[in-house]
Amino acid sequence: MPTVTIDGLEVEVEAGATVLQACEQAGKEIPQFCYHDRLNIAGNCRMCLVEMENSPKPIASCAMPVGDGMVVHTNTPQVRKAREGVMEFLLINHPLDCPICDQGGECDLQDQAMAYGMDRSRYRENKRAVTDKDLGPLVKTAMTRCIHCTRCIRFATEIAGVEELGAFGRGEHMEVGNYVERSLTSELSGNIVDLCPVGALTSKPYAFAARSWELDATETIDVHDAVGSNVRVDSRGRAVLRVLPRLHEDINEEWISDKTRFANDGLRRQRLDRPYLRRGGRLESTTWADAFAAIADRLKTTDGDHIAAIVGDMACAESMVALKDLMTALGSPHVDCRQDGAKLETGVRASYLFNTMIAGIEEADACLLIGTNPRREAALVNARLRKRYLAGGFRVLSVGPDLDLTFPVARLGGGPEALAALAEGSLPASAELGDAARPMLVLGQGALARPDGSAVLGAARRIAERCGMARDDWNGFNVLHTAAARVAGLDLGLVPGEGGRDVSGILEGAGDGDIEAVFLLGADEIDTDGLGDAFVVYLGHHGDAGASRADVVLPGAAYVEKDATWVNTEGRAQLGQRAVFPPGDAREDWAVIRALSEAAGHALPYDDLAAVRARLADVAPWFGAPDEIWPATWGTFGADGAMDPRPFASPVSDFYMTDAICRASETMAACSARILGNNDAWDGAGARDDGADG
Amino acid sequence: MSDTRAGFEFTRALRTEADKIVARYPEGRRASAVLPVLDIVQRRNGGWVTTEMVDAVAGYLDMAPIRVYEVATFYTMINLEPVGETVVEVCTTTPCWLRGCDGIVRACEEALGIGLGDTGADGKFTLREVECLGACVNAPVVRINDDYYEDLDPDRARAVLAAVSRGASPPPGPQTSRAASAPASGPTTLRASAGSS
Repeated sequence: MPTVTIDGLEVEVEAGATVLQACEQAGKEIPQFCYHDRLNIAGNCRMCLVEMENSPKPIASCAMPVGDGMVVHTNTPQVRKAREGVMEFLLINHPLDCPICDQGGECDLQDQAMAYGMDRSRYRENKRAVTDKDLGPLVKTAMTRCIHCTRCIRFATEIAGVEELGAFGRGEHMEVGNYVERSLTSELSGNIVDLCPVGALTSKPYAFAARSWELDATETIDVHDAVGSNVRVDSRGRAVLRVLPRLHEDINEEWISDKTRFANDGLRRQRLDRPYLRRGGRLESTTWADAFAAIADRLKTTDGDHIAAIVGDMACAESMVALKDLMTALGSPHVDCRQDGAKLETGVRASYLFNTMIAGIEEADACLLIGTNPRREAALVNARLRKRYLAGGFRVLSVGPDLDLTFPVARLGGGPEALAALAEGSLPASAELGDAARPMLVLGQGALARPDGSAVLGAARRIAERCGMARDDWNGFNVLHTAAARVAGLDLGLVPGEGGRDVSGILEGAGDGDIEAVFLLGADEIDTDGLGDAFVVYLGHHGDAGASRADVVLPGAAYVEKDATWVNTEGRAQLGQRAVFPPGDAREDWAVIRALSEAAGHALPYDDLAAVRARLADVAPWFGAPDEIWPATWGTFGADGAMDPRPFASPVSDFYMTDAICRASETMAACSARILGNNDAWDGAGARDDGADG
Repeated sequence: MSDTRAGFEFTRALRTEADKIVARYPEGRRASAVLPVLDIVQRRNGGWVTTEMVDAVAGYLDMAPIRVYEVATFYTMINLEPVGETVVEVCTTTPCWLRGCDGIVRACEEALGIGLGDTGADGKFTLREVECLGACVNAPVVRINDDYYEDLDPDRARAVLAAVSRGASPPPGPQTSRAASAPASGPTTLRASAGSS
């Protein structure tokens, strides 16, 4: 490993590292704009100039590989002068509009101008002006501020995989923009707002909403998909103003999807802020006591076998364990957390986890996608697949819908026929997977949420076993969930007990009158018409499908409003923290269930969060070990039966409209309409979108 | 720019010509041919390319349209708007400027009756200034379509433009008695001045 001397300090760095990385390793701060450690090196901002002995002029440290014995100085008069000079050039065409710029206060250019720039300007000429570009409903542009670092272009090209941004013209007339003015079609486009070191690209929904120093930052977990992206929620008072990514190398790296980032305006609309009781066909607001009394009355006259519970996709583990305990106390086996009817089993934990892990994708060398569109179902898993593809030697095969995943996919077929052939080994692709050193498969909910889901699961298991995916040193069997609640729900056993009904059974029973009372824990994605005449209690945070059918509505807390646990598709338990309080009378969900249990005469044995968490760890030890992966052992799962030849479809047809928060979000409606062309989701919220451009 | 994608497809003849260019580059390096392919498309379209043509070139070379558009906007030889039959480009970069390009610009403007960046109403001429044409040793230089006219002064520039306007093709190169880029003030080396070969 080469040894270099940085400011008199000898450091040993990895071969192939750059001088900039060596400087950072030596603890020296090097100012930079275009350099980003997850993007290709461009070397065009020149801010990282340092002095290297035996070089007649300063070198751009980001683009210079280290050589053994190099002697570098980062704080000499020459370096300082070079930085001042570069900064002066960068500021020539940069407008002095910091007071009205959304980047103000968290701007690299501002900070570095303070730290490394001159204290005055010598420029007296006119600055250039650049037309703003239309990048869609999420990214607002002020292109006059652009310093041409090209980070956004490199992000779109390399990581998002959509070649839609470029640099046009040359010299002083260079402009960054899109080819024809239309929205970026990436699910990751919001990340260019974070990447932009100046205020050229800012968040459109957050425009002029707040200053960075006015916000309270809370570190929590995202629930819009099952990835469990680590996020930072910035709030002021009771409003969540924006959501930013938090670094987690094993999950989301430093990116988040647009849904995670921009659906937060949905937290302000259509909220349930007080209990409601249906009287004479209308939901009327009421008190907690009356709501509980109404439920208790009904439960008293209803036998446990006629009560059922369905869990929605964003429920936290705390509320699920409380619900499960309550249902057990009431004597009901009719509990299900698989709203979509996915035929997942709880017997073998490896059968419902993303065992390879998201970071583990980078070690795989072949991948079979079954009935999934990871780009829509888990945009960051797709970004990881693309990262692996770009590294070379990675072949992706698919059985399922036609896919545009930003990397080539060889489609073997649309449905079970190809799957069965793969399981028997009668397709050439089986050999291809079998020959791979570390093959993986990704089984989507689209393949499992069908009547023959168990047989599909069994076929996937056989493929995994045949192709060497289920080995002691490598587990390539992966289930990609779309619901943040699902893995915890399966871990906690929220599936039908002995003689219990699953979701379709519950709906059928409710239609027949066999099921008389149904508890919906944030369940909005079921066929609420099928609930028949059953007495429906809805606990959740949005007035969506579930609440509008309910007889009693209990207002709960959305994910940013509670200290709660979620388990992502990898089986990794993660703790979210409360950023803001729930609106009005709404309370944390587990506490509501605890209070209800008392009213119903079956008081649950926990009174505070610590006790609920202890109960969780009791049921499954990984709840007591946040952010740890507990290896799941292999076993036999799935059925052998025949499969329906119908092709697999992805469960997510509209990336921007997957849960109650998104459906309440104007920003997501605008995305759905303008990016995907789904105009039914659009109710004229565009006035806000276009009018907010300052 | 419009978002219409219809309108332009490679003809068989164009494709044959482009295939020859692509064949010059290694397998899997089709994108290398982007400039010459843009050039032949432009020549067949009266000197400029449309958005649809950029898209067609991108499709033909397996490139993202935006990458072709970046190239097309970077190089001043690719025109994204209609130009006159004859494009007159006056170099105004430092060496030409030191050698009097300001006078050449004025002469051209007067001779053609249009300003820099304009195309005449009759569509015959487009006049514009360009950055260094790379012929500084023969400054000042004007490029007329594919030819360089060098060692100009305002009178010689007018003469060249007058000839071009008549439809003639004045011989390109130095417009003085100078041969190519030989020393302007006569031979300066001993062998040359001794008259030996």
